Amino acid sequence: MIVTILDIVIAGLLLGGLYALIAMGLSLQYGVARVLNISHGEFIMLGALTTWSLYTVFGMNPLIAIGICGPLAFILGFIIHRLLFRRLRTLAASPAVFEGNSMLASFGLMFIIQNVALIAWGPEIRGYSYLAIPVSLGGALFGANRLITLGFAIIIGLAFYIFLARTRTGKAIRAAAQDPVTAGLMGVNINQVLALCFGLGAAMAGIAGMLISLCYPVHAVMGLEYTVIAVIVVVLGGLGSIPGSFIGGFMLGLIGSIVTAWQPGLALVAYYFIFILLLLVRPTGIMGR
Amino acid sequence: MKHIKVTPQRLLLPGLVGCLLVLLATLSLYASPYTIVLITSILMYVVLTVSWVIFSGPTGYISLAPAAFFGVGIYTSAILGRTLPLLVVIAVGGFASFCLALLIGALTLRLRGIYFAIFTFGLVELIKHFLLWWEINMTGTRGRFVIVVNNTTIYHVMLGIFVALVLTAYGIRRSKFGLALQSIGENEEAAAHIGVNVTLVKVITFAISAIFTGAAGGIMATRWTYIDPYIAFNPLFSFMPVLMAIFGGMGQFYGPFLGAVIFAYLEELLITRFPYYYMLLFGIVLVVVILFLPDGLAGLIQKWRKGGQARQHANP
Repeated sequence: MIVTILDIVIAGLLLGGLYALIAMGLSLQYGVARVLNISHGEFIMLGALTTWSLYTVFGMNPLIAIGICGPLAFILGFIIHRLLFRRLRTLAASPAVFEGNSMLASFGLMFIIQNVALIAWGPEIRGYSYLAIPVSLGGALFGANRLITLGFAIIIGLAFYIFLARTRTGKAIRAAAQDPVTAGLMGVNINQVLALCFGLGAAMAGIAGMLISLCYPVHAVMGLEYTVIAVIVVVLGGLGSIPGSFIGGFMLGLIGSIVTAWQPGLALVAYYFIFILLLLVRPTGIMGR
Repeated sequence: MKHIKVTPQRLLLPGLVGCLLVLLATLSLYASPYTIVLITSILMYVVLTVSWVIFSGPTGYISLAPAAFFGVGIYTSAILGRTLPLLVVIAVGGFASFCLALLIGALTLRLRGIYFAIFTFGLVELIKHFLLWWEINMTGTRGRFVIVVNNTTIYHVMLGIFVALVLTAYGIRRSKFGLALQSIGENEEAAAHIGVNVTLVKVITFAISAIFTGAAGGIMATRWTYIDPYIAFNPLFSFMPVLMAIFGGMGQFYGPFLGAVIFAYLEELLITRFPYYYMLLFGIVLVVVILFLPDGLAGLIQKWRKGGQARQHANP
C-alpha cells in the first residue's frame, strides 16, 4: 500500500516537473507580455522535433541539443514578439482588446507553425530511445530519462527564480509585470523587456520539448495538447504568477497520476474538470492576486 | 424633411437576395450533384459563422464553444437518427444545444474576456474526452454509424436552417434586443445602469445562437455517416467561425457571410490536395487580418465605398 502511494507520488512529481516547466514559459508570456500564447505548444513541438532530427541525423546527444533548441526558440519568440505582438499592443485601444487580439493572433501562429512543421517533418509519430534505463526509487522503478526531466525542470525553475529576484533585468521584468506604463516611465525599455519575456517563454517551451522527446513519442500535431495543459496549470497557479505556475505544475502532475492510478483514461477529463471548476469558483488561481 | 422614396437602388438589395434565394431553393433541379455537396459545405460554414456572430459580434465575448454545440447536434443525430424522422432529429439537436448553451451561459457569462474564451475551449475538450472515456469503458464502442440521407435532402435541410438563421440574425440586429447586445459590448456596466438585464440578454442570445449550430451538426452528421468524439468535437469547428467572421468583418451584416463563403470555397479547393498549405494559409490570413484589417473585408469595402463617395462630392 505504502509502496503504491509512493509510486503514485513519484510518478506525479516526475510528470509535474514537466508541467511546471511548460507552464512557467506560458506564465511569463501571459503574466508579463499579456499574450495568452495558444501557439506555446508549437514551440514545444519544434523543440522536440529538432532534438529528434539532431539525434537521428547527426547522432547528437539530446542533452547537448538543449544548447541549440533553447536559443533558437528564444530568437524565434523574440522576433515574433517584435514583428507581431508589439504592433498589436500599440494598435490596441485597451489592455483587454490587446489580450483578445493577441490570443487570436496566436491561434493564427499556431496554425502557421504546426503546418510548416507538418510540411517539413510530415505527420508520422517519431521517437527514439535515450537513457531509458530503469532506476529504483524507494522500491519503484523509473526511467533515468524521466529523472533527468525532473532535474532539468527544477534547475531551470530555480535559476529563473534567482534571475527574476536578483538581476537588474529580472527587476525590470517584475516591474513590467506589475504596471507596464509606469515601468516605461521609470526608464525600462518596455518593448525590449516584453519581447525578452516572450522569447524566454519560448525558450522554456523549446527546452521542455527536448525533455519531452526523451520520454514520449513526438509528432507535428502534439502542440495543442501541451498548450492546453499549460493553460490549465497557469490558471491553477494564478494567471501571471510564476511561482504559482511552478507549484501548480506539480499539483496537476500529482492529480494526473492519482487519477491515472484509479481510472486510466480519465486523467485529461480530470484536468478539464478541475480547470472548469477553478474558473467558476476561483478564477484567480491558488497564488493569484 | 426627407421622404423614403422607392427608388430602383432601394429595391436592388432585396431583389438580389430574393433572386439568390430562389436560385438556391431550385438548385437541386438543375445543378450537378457535386455542386449540391459543395454548396451544402459552404452553407454549413455560413451557418456556423453567422450564428457565432449573433452573440460574439456585438458583445465581443470570444466564444470557442461552437464545436461543443456542433458536436451535440452530431451526437443527437447519431443516437436518435434511426428511430425518429429527420426533421425531428434536427430539431432535437438544436434544442439540446440550446439547453447546453443555457447552462454554460448561466454558469460562465460572468467571466470576462479571455477567461470566457479559455473556459469554452476547455469545455469542448472536456466533453470530448469524457465521451471518449464513456464510449470505451461504459458502452464498449468507439464511434457510431449515422443513418444515411441523400445529398439533396441534406442540402434542403441546410438551406432551411440557413434561411431561419438569417431571419433570426437580422431580426436580432434590428431589434431593441440587438441594441442591448451592442451596448453590452461597448460598456457592460453602463448597459446594466440604463436598465438592460445584462445576464438575461447574454444568456438568451448565446442559447439562441447555439440552436443553429446544433441543427447544422445534426444534419451534417448524416453526410459523414461515421462519427466518433474526435470528429464530432473537433476544436477546428470552434476556430473556423471565429476566423471566418474576423476575416469577413463583423461591422457589417454581410461581412461574416463573405468571410465564410470565401473560406469554405478555399477549403473545398485546397483541403484534399494540399491540406497543410490550406491550414497554413488559414493561419497566415488570421494573423494578417488581425494586424492590418481589424474590420475585415467588409471594413475594406466600406472604406472603399466611402472613398468613392467622397471623391464624387469633391468633383461635382
